Parts: sequence; structure tokens; C-alpha cells
Amino acid sequence: MELRKSHRLVLLGALLFGTMIRSVYAGEVNAAVAANFTAPVQQIVALFEKETGNTVKLSFGSSGKFYSQIKEGAPFDVFLAADEKNPKLLEQESLAVANTRFVYALGKLVLWSAKPGFVDDKGAVLSKGSYNKLSYADPKLAPYGLAAQETLQKLELWDKVQSKLVTGESITQAYQFAATGNAELAFIALSQITKDGKVTEGSWWVVPENLYTPIKQSAVLLSAAKDKIAAQAFLDFLKSKKAAAIIRSFGYELP
Amino acid sequence: MQTLDPSDLQAIWLTLKLASVVTLLLLFIATPLAWWLAHSRKWYKGIVSAMVALPLVLPPTVLGFYLLLLMGPQGLVGELTSALHLGRLPFSFAGLVIGSVLFSMPFAVQPIQNAFEAIGKRPLEVAATLRANAWDRFVSVALPLARPGFLTAIILAFAHTVGEFGVVLMLGGNIPGETRVLSVAIYNHVEAMEYAPAHLLAGGMVLFSFIVLLSLYLTGGKVWRVTR
Repeated sequence: MELRKSHRLVLLGALLFGTMIRSVYAGEVNAAVAANFTAPVQQIVALFEKETGNTVKLSFGSSGKFYSQIKEGAPFDVFLAADEKNPKLLEQESLAVANTRFVYALGKLVLWSAKPGFVDDKGAVLSKGSYNKLSYADPKLAPYGLAAQETLQKLELWDKVQSKLVTGESITQAYQFAATGNAELAFIALSQITKDGKVTEGSWWVVPENLYTPIKQSAVLLSAAKDKIAAQAFLDFLKSKKAAAIIRSFGYELP
Repeated sequence: MQTLDPSDLQAIWLTLKLASVVTLLLLFIATPLAWWLAHSRKWYKGIVSAMVALPLVLPPTVLGFYLLLLMGPQGLVGELTSALHLGRLPFSFAGLVIGSVLFSMPFAVQPIQNAFEAIGKRPLEVAATLRANAWDRFVSVALPLARPGFLTAIILAFAHTVGEFGVVLMLGGNIPGETRVLSVAIYNHVEAMEYAPAHLLAGGMVLFSFIVLLSLYLTGGKVWRVTR
């Protein structure tokens, strides 16, 4: 088919206009999501897209990295962090819309080994010290790493484990060290080893909640999206019963 | 003026130690390999060349990931090292050395190989007519003539090891004094939003790299020709 140049321009214009209309009515949401929430958010988004016709583009990473990127103007609409600190900071700096922050999940810390039967259900393996390495995420960077440090300090094992500690830059890497068997023990998130409400591999000890400060994974609407209906709709959906069921099935608690 | 804390100084010292050990090892490994690649006509020469050049194109995380698996308790290398009572390589300085040697291999082999090839057969044949044996021809003819290639190899291998990040991150476990090298320390500072020490270390790194490359160009080293 031959099209004259002017016709092609008109066609191009119509296409562009069409996509613009689409993005106004059937909204598109850009979400920055903490890496530990990868699997559940994908299920939640699938449901949300089916019910509302909106689309959600997901980016995964560490909360600290997202904080810096958002400060530098990264084009995100909502931020699902692994902690409370980073969303709070954004709120104070007017980069997030006030009164939109809420806890969408409570993270649970777990001591895990890829070997079945290696971790007992009281975590006594830690004090016995008969393991090669213990991996955890950098407490300066990752909330789960900080929780692991607090746990070890409460158990008065912090000094004892120093020689065995290896640090991942995120809980993903802490898991990786243990999954490849290079570290026999790892402090990670329960959600990393939970599928459909069950843990299927290795052995684990769910760390009692009185040993660490609650990991309040918080979400917030970012200022750039304060008039974006789809972004607000997504956050509302995150609070819904349907979303809650998915979140629980991955080993999180709800507030 | 902002000063560095002891753990940063430790990271600098560790990085220099790693780069020195790796460069020295690479000279012993790369020289015979480059000699063979420069003179061999075997059909599998292409395969060896390709393997040596692989780290140039692979993301460091790929190399780091496979080394982590290989050196792990279920990996071939891991089983070997524990059978020999050498312990485990990941999270250790020795592990970083091995990873870095592999990662910087092309930067050492290729300049030396090119230098050997540039000499050609003629000087060696002349030496042979003067009754120099093979070892003699290599030591007193080939090595001195290939000196610019060696210089380039040493500088590039050293600098490339200093600048290495992905492999170290995947393999190291960020242990102070053992595996926390400069690039990892910088990454941690940036991630933790400690921009002052990050600037100091990162700025130093930029300056160091610039001086290294400048010295190469000023001494007439042909960096880009020899690496590709």
C-alpha cells in the first residue's frame, strides 16, 4: 500500500493521540518495589490489571537505591518499600503525598539453610557454631539485615558470629550465598522461600518477633503522581482483601 | 577536610594487594599461553583464543555466578579444594585471586600475544642459526623484543583488577580485610548514602585510572590496538 507523506503524518498523529488518550483513561502506573516483594506484587498486579484495565510497570530493587533515584527525579508513581524509613523520608521532603503512607505487609525474618534438617525449630544451630558461614544482608542497606543484626545481638551471639559472617548487598544475595551452599546458614525473608503458603526447600527457623524491630514494609504515593487516578487505585487495591490473601500466602503478616 | 576511616584504608590496601598478586600470577600464566597462541597452528587454537577473550564480553556477574557454583560445596572445584583440605574458596582472598585472574586474563594475554606476533619468525631464525637453543631464543630474543607488550599487559591487568566489581561482589561476601575491596567499599558507601567518603574514594579511583591510562599513552603503549 502506498501512502503519501502527508497521509502518513496524519496517521502517525492519530496513533500518538490515541496512545495519549489511552494513558489518560486506562492509566499506567510505574511502581518501584522492594526486591523481597517481587513474587507477591506480580500476582497482585495481574489481578489488578484484569479488574481495572490499568497497567502497572514494575521495577525491582533495594529501597535505599529507589530512595536516591526518586530524589533525583526517577519517574515512579508509587513506592513499595521494604521499610518505613525511606517512604517517611520522602514524605518529609515533599516527594511523597502526605497521608498516603501505609504498611502493606509485615516482613518476617527467618534463619534458613539449603540443607534439610540443618536448622532446628529453635535456632539452636546458631549458638552451637557448627556451620561454615552465616550470610545476611548489609544492615546499613537492608531492613532484613538490620533485623538479623538485632536478633543476633538479643541472643548475645553478635560477637561470636563475627568471624563467620558474610554480607550480601541485599537479601537476594544473602539467599544466593546459602542456596549455592557456600554459606550453610542465612538470615533472609520468609517470603523468599515461601510459595503458596508453604516452605518447600531446606530447613528453617522463623525468628520470634520479640527479637527484632518489626519490618513495616510501607507504600506511599509519590508527588509526581498525586493527580493520577490509576496510581491511587493501585494503592487502594493493595489494601483490599484480595491483595491481603496473596500477601499472606507469601509468608508476610498484615498489620 | 574529610578523612578516610580505617576500614577504607584497609580496602585500599587490600585492593593493591589483590591487583599485585593477580598481575604477578597473570605474567606467569599469560606468557606461555601468549607464546603458544602466537605460534601454534593447531586446530583448537581458535577455541583457546575464544575462551581467553570471553571475560571481555561476559558480564562479570555471569563469571561470578558460575565461579560461586563451581567453588561451592557441590561444585567441581569446591569438591577438589575440600578433598585437598584447602578449605573453601568463596568469601576468601584466594577465591578473589582466582576470579580476578580469569577476569583479567585477556588484558594480559592479548598484548603479549600481539607483541610476540609482531616480532615475526625472522629474529628467532637468525638466533637459531647462531646456535641459540629454544629456551635461549625465548629468553634473550623474544622477551626483550616483546617488552612493550609486557608493559601494557602489566598496567592493564593491574588497573583492570583494581576496577573490578561484579566478580568480587558475587564471590566475596564483603568481609573487611579479606574480600572488601575498594570498588565494593565505594558501592556500599553510595548505597548507604554516605556520599562524603564515597566521593573521596571514587574521586581517587578516577584520578588513578586516568594517570594509568595517561602513562600508557605517553609511553606510546597501544592500549586499544592490543586489547582488541
